[in-house]
Amino acid sequence: MQRIGVFVCHCGTNIAATVDVKAVAEALGREPGVIVSQDYQYMCSESGQNLVKNAIKEHKLTGVVVCSCSPRMHENTFRNAAASAGLNPYLVEIANIREQCSWIHKDIASATEKAIILGKAAVAKVHLNAPLTAGESPVVKRALVIGGGIAGIQTALDIAEAGFDVDIVEKKPTIGGKMAQIDKTFPTLDCAACILTPKMVEASQNEHITIHSYSEVADVKGFVGNFTVTIKKKARFVDETKCTGCGLCTEKCPMKKVPNEFNMGFDNRSAIYIPFAQAVPKVATIDPNNCMMMKTGKCGVCSKVCSAGAIDYKQEDRLIEQQYGAIVVATGFEPIKLDKYDEFAYNQCPDVVTSLELERLMNAAGPNGGTLLRPSDKTHPHKIVFVQCVGSRCDDSKGKPYCSKICCMYTAKHAMLIREKYPDTEVYVFYIDVRTPGKNFDEFYRRAVEQYNVHYIKGMVGKVTPRSDGKIDVQASDLLANEQLHIDADMVVLAAAIEPDKTARPLATMLTTQMDTNDFFTEAHPKLRPVESATAGIFLSGACQGPKDIPETVAQASAAAAKAIVLLVKNSITCNPCVAHSDELMCNGCSSCEKVCPYGAITYIDKEFKMPDRTIAVRRVASVNPAVCQGCGACTVACPSGAMDLNGFSNSQIIAEVDAICK
Amino acid sequence: MQVNENKEFQPLIVAFCCNWCSYAGADLAGTNRLNYPDNIKIIRVPCSCRVNPMFILRAFQRGADGVILCGCHPGDCHYTSGNYFTRRRMTLLFSMLDFLGIERDRTRVEWVSAAEGAKFAATMNEFTEAVKKLGPNRRLEDLRCRKQ
Repeated sequence: MQRIGVFVCHCGTNIAATVDVKAVAEALGREPGVIVSQDYQYMCSESGQNLVKNAIKEHKLTGVVVCSCSPRMHENTFRNAAASAGLNPYLVEIANIREQCSWIHKDIASATEKAIILGKAAVAKVHLNAPLTAGESPVVKRALVIGGGIAGIQTALDIAEAGFDVDIVEKKPTIGGKMAQIDKTFPTLDCAACILTPKMVEASQNEHITIHSYSEVADVKGFVGNFTVTIKKKARFVDETKCTGCGLCTEKCPMKKVPNEFNMGFDNRSAIYIPFAQAVPKVATIDPNNCMMMKTGKCGVCSKVCSAGAIDYKQEDRLIEQQYGAIVVATGFEPIKLDKYDEFAYNQCPDVVTSLELERLMNAAGPNGGTLLRPSDKTHPHKIVFVQCVGSRCDDSKGKPYCSKICCMYTAKHAMLIREKYPDTEVYVFYIDVRTPGKNFDEFYRRAVEQYNVHYIKGMVGKVTPRSDGKIDVQASDLLANEQLHIDADMVVLAAAIEPDKTARPLATMLTTQMDTNDFFTEAHPKLRPVESATAGIFLSGACQGPKDIPETVAQASAAAAKAIVLLVKNSITCNPCVAHSDELMCNGCSSCEKVCPYGAITYIDKEFKMPDRTIAVRRVASVNPAVCQGCGACTVACPSGAMDLNGFSNSQIIAEVDAICK
Repeated sequence: MQVNENKEFQPLIVAFCCNWCSYAGADLAGTNRLNYPDNIKIIRVPCSCRVNPMFILRAFQRGADGVILCGCHPGDCHYTSGNYFTRRRMTLLFSMLDFLGIERDRTRVEWVSAAEGAKFAATMNEFTEAVKKLGPNRRLEDLRCRKQ
């Protein structure tokens, strides 16, 4: 006979305001098998948990139902409480009467009725719960970091410092990411390269870190503690181990008219190139789309001048396979394409640039050696207009619904740097709101306005029209003065929204992690587990999870590293016991389940059965590897004989819930 | 469910929600206090592909007036491919129900991500309205199962 305890939580007034918790406790107390039914103000608090623990001991409970918030919130809390009172943690069920009842309904009578039905369903289910014991699986003591920007570098350095091997996979020929392209950083105005490049060198020299540059993740298999990842090392046609990075080949290469991606296309590079002087690894890469030798088979200059003999035109993409215990995603962001914003004349006028392009134009290692010149005629601009929120906070399909977060601050930085260096230049900033939450951020913005006399105008720019005299007509509205403005600008800078890198979505599919509608990775809990994904063993670092500035990115990177280390220090981890299992007496070995299993967890074994006539028959039956099974349940439905069932969500349990609800 | 002369028909609707996307979406609807009718009773399953067509028939047999199945968007399944199985299985089940003369609007498969609280609430409002229009499920309900 089952002895079930029901515990109804008030959650302060979150539940109690719309659900009559006493009535719920009373009604559930009358359910068969329920021998104790109590309500309490905060069931998740220590005294609330003690109430549950004491009841388990006192009444020798065989099952517990907690009517409270979502099981995604506190299921583990109550399972742990049950375990500490000596009850198998999987004999606890949660009825969600907060998120799915009290918070969405207003009428007390009907909300109470619904809460009782949800409670009854949970009681019906817990009657059929079986004690489950979690198995263990070993942890591979190696981490993979996907993305080699500041987030990836910081994560890798922190994990390496704890003594674990880390691999960084970076799709570009060098690590460094977006931060390497940035000129100065707010709010301190220190040089980005000066703080980033030492970290890049540190990563390359650390004995625990292996950098796979110019590589991509091709496939991910496995599960927490034991991922098998296939990394595609793209052919760079240069032997990484031989190249010394002397750069002679890049000087001698006859094909010098390739737009330089690192300088946002403002100058040219050669077909064989090193992205920038501080690149790590400092190894040349041949761009096969522009190399004469690759296209026509005639040239070979680089191989002739290379004294190390590193050039290999016949190199092919290489796949390497490696085991990892933890994976950290640090794929970062990209500014959005501005094709849909014709009103800002970005495609028509070379003097309309994005903020990232302005970073390169102002950078000492940029195309103009640090002098700010108009891209069109290389003259000094005297009037610059900044347009904020280009594609951010959009309510149409053209842009992004979210705030890109970093634009207000970097625009204040740009404006300040320009006013500092060229006091004769007038700077206008058109904004919707100026958002500067952050340490020393508002002070920084106010300095731009008060000390540097940057003209901040609340209003949106309606149209940007390039004129024949080289000036750009900026038509805008000043919302505070309620007037239309025309500004003859020399340059227009657009603060383009940022979006997750294009590689993020296919990667999320490989990793089976969640993404939101904007393609940012979803964290396991928005407040309490911000650096873990909902998939065990996958951690999130930097702007792949949401727009972030550098200090926040670094903080999250270190947090992700800490979480990965917590996993890697363990020799083994407990598996999810809610896995499929096959009733061998019913299984006829038809292979239906094996075909639908996405993890390859089902194999077939020949098993001996004692037949009624005392003979022994050998039959082929399905066998589930509990360490590989993730518990989706696809096989349970595919099984024609009903032999497959899922622990924790068994056929009988779900049917009991259906029956309880439909009664 | 009962139909009183002066009271509007209140359908009983069972919603199966996958743990990773739709159940989280339902939680998000709750967190954002987005109202939807109390006719909806949610059952949590690990993945939409855990829902055996038998469960849906069982719900109808026991007197449910509508059944909705929510999963992750195609391509976003936590278990990689579970919702594709769901899509195929439910296409078959629904065509069978159609053959049996069960109105198409009593059943639905909807993809709701963990970020789509608003979509979850809107879908549930819409679905409840659609089932209300159809009236009680008389064809599949087994009167022997009805509680006296």
